This record gives sequence, structure tokens and C-alpha cells, in this order.
Amino acid sequence: MTLLNSRQMATFSARGFLRFDGVVPEEVNQQFLAELGDVTEGDVASPEAHYASIMQRGSVPVVPAGISLANAYPAESAVSRLLALPVVAGAVASLVGSKPVLDHHFLHITFPPSYYKRDAPVAQHTHQDSTIDPRRAFDIQLMYFPHEVTVEMGGTRFIPGSHLRRVSEASIGRYQNILGQQHVVCPAGTLLIMHMGIWHGGGANRSDQLRYMFKIRLCPTEKQVRLWDLSDLPDDHLQQRPIFWVGHERTRDPIHSILTEPEPWFEFDTGRLEYINRIKFWRYLLGNESFDADYWLTRLENDFE
Amino acid sequence: MSIRQQVMVLYLKSSALDTGVVAWAFYDGTGKTSHMSGDQAEVPYKTGLHALRDGWRLIQASPLVTHAQGSEFQTDYLKYEFFFEKLVEDDS
Repeated sequence: MTLLNSRQMATFSARGFLRFDGVVPEEVNQQFLAELGDVTEGDVASPEAHYASIMQRGSVPVVPAGISLANAYPAESAVSRLLALPVVAGAVASLVGSKPVLDHHFLHITFPPSYYKRDAPVAQHTHQDSTIDPRRAFDIQLMYFPHEVTVEMGGTRFIPGSHLRRVSEASIGRYQNILGQQHVVCPAGTLLIMHMGIWHGGGANRSDQLRYMFKIRLCPTEKQVRLWDLSDLPDDHLQQRPIFWVGHERTRDPIHSILTEPEPWFEFDTGRLEYINRIKFWRYLLGNESFDADYWLTRLENDFE
Repeated sequence: MSIRQQVMVLYLKSSALDTGVVAWAFYDGTGKTSHMSGDQAEVPYKTGLHALRDGWRLIQASPLVTHAQGSEFQTDYLKYEFFFEKLVEDDS
């Protein structure tokens, strides 16, 4: 398998997602859609009937929460083949270890306007999945897009860097638009891997085709410490770099820069708190409570009894 | 002829009305326009002050709240929320 490198892990820490465009071979995408009973033509009676038909086929297995990922899907099924891809298996192992369990999975189908009798389809409100979750450990959500997603199809919308905010699920629905929000427009076989806390919502499908997205939530069964390929971690990773008055030393360690890169929606003051929370997150991943970037935590920890 | 309320919510970079917009929402009581999550990429106004200059009336601003001991570094909801309204005649 191909483990993530340190830059990818730092990007996940800072922004809450990693995107792999077209990483799943077309053969597997076609198998996945065929197992559902295909479907891009849209000749189904109603959303309810279509979900019932897919459920009856059993191609997305009904499995108990907490089942080992290794036992969740039939061998040679499209999802098993997807999870076995070296880049996917490596990313999962880097983030949630070698023996993750499945929290749940769900096939999201977004129907085009022709399926709505009266009102036109609307986008899902922005939300954070599950509920308030103050853990330092984290789950990941794989979002698999088995076919091309165009702008008109209303791909998943998400807010980079929102994952460390502790909010209560749908409470953030009032935030209609946030500077820097991204909409998934992607080729077939694209995979997004997201931290469980990232703010997101489904877009409205204004095309004439059904849109499919298969989501799998995975939980670690071990501490998520040094699970990735650390070979690119700089030797001076624990050293501080100049701050504010910087000269030419600024980019010595790219990971420090990644962890302190603001998002467009950051407020002036809480943006700094986001850096602090990212640094705490990286300490957890690194297994080293002395790591710091730009002195944000060292300054606060310089106290005396 | 009756009066209807249009509501705009702006989230700013700080408690100062003349700082930049980072998030926003619209609700139109006339029903003539409709908005949904993710429907706009560009901010409607550069700052809250620009909204005032365009005739929006500020009706609520989020207060500054003391940080609870032990959770000083926790981030959660967008912090600087400003509600604006316009009262418009509705001839429908």
C-alpha cells in the first residue's frame, strides 16, 4: 500500500480533507454502478422506489455498526476492490490504522428536478455529521463519486478548515455561504477523505441525471500516532523558525507553513485559535507534546507554579 | 400594498462593522427571490459598513462574551454575526 506522506498528513490536519481525483479505475466505477442496478439513465419511478430497489439488491450490505472494515464487504465487490487500491488502503491506514471499524455507510442519491412534483430541489443545509464530538481521536469519512460530477449535478459542498470547530450538527444551517467553500466537481472515481468534523452539505442537482455518492465512516481502534510514511519529516521538524520578522528563513519546514496557513473565512482572532488547535492535532499524530509551530503553544505554556 | 421584511446575515472578521465579510445568508419575505446553501461564491458586500451604505438597517449584533475557563481555545460558531433588514413594499 502507499502510505500518506507528512505533507499530506499536515494538509489533512490543517484543512480536514484530502482529495484523490479519478483514483478509482473506471472498471471499478462501472462495477459499482452495475451492482446498484444502474441508474444514470434515471428511469426509476420515485426516489423511494429507487432506494427500495437498491436495498433489495443488497449490493450495499446491511452491516452492524462496529463491524471490522475487513469483514464489511464481500470479496471482489466494487467497494472491496476500491478499498484494496494501494493509495486508498494506504490513506486509510495512515489516518485510522490497520484495523478500523465501520461506523456506518450510506448511498446518497441526489435526484434531478424531474423527480420533484412541486418545489424545485434545494441544497442541503450546511451541517457537521453526528453530534458534538470533543475527542482528540478522529474518524474519517470516505466519499466516493463513481461517476463524473458536473457543476449542474450539485456535488458535495464543504468548508476547508472547519473540522476542528465543535458545533452541534444542523445548528449551523444559517451559514448559507462561507468564503472559500468548495463544491465537488470531479471526474469519475474521485475519492474525498474527510475528517468527521468538516462542515458540509449536498448540493441541489439541476442536471437530468441522478447523482451518486457513497459514504463510509471509519473509526480507529488504536492511537493515531505515527501511522503514515514519516520518511519526509524534516530533521529539524521540532525547531522553531523566525516569526513576524522573518527574512529568508520562512519556508524551511513546509509542515509548519501548512499548519499556519489561514482559510479565507477565518476571523482575525479565532484564526489564531485554529492554528493552536491544528498544532495540538499534529502533536497527537506525531506523538510528541513538544512540537510547536510559530511559538503559538510554547508562548502559552511558558508558565510557572 | 403591505410591508415585507428582507433579512441579510453577515459574518465579519471581527466585531468591527468595517471588517470583511466571511459568510452570509439572505431570507426574502417578499418571496420574489430565494436563496439556498452554497448558491453564491462572492460576498454580497465587502464589509458590514458597505451594507449600511446600501440601505440595510442593522437590527442585531452578536455580543462579545467572556471566554469560559478551560475552553478559551475552543472554536465553534462563527463569532461576529450581524443581522440586517430592509423593509420593502410588496404589491403581490
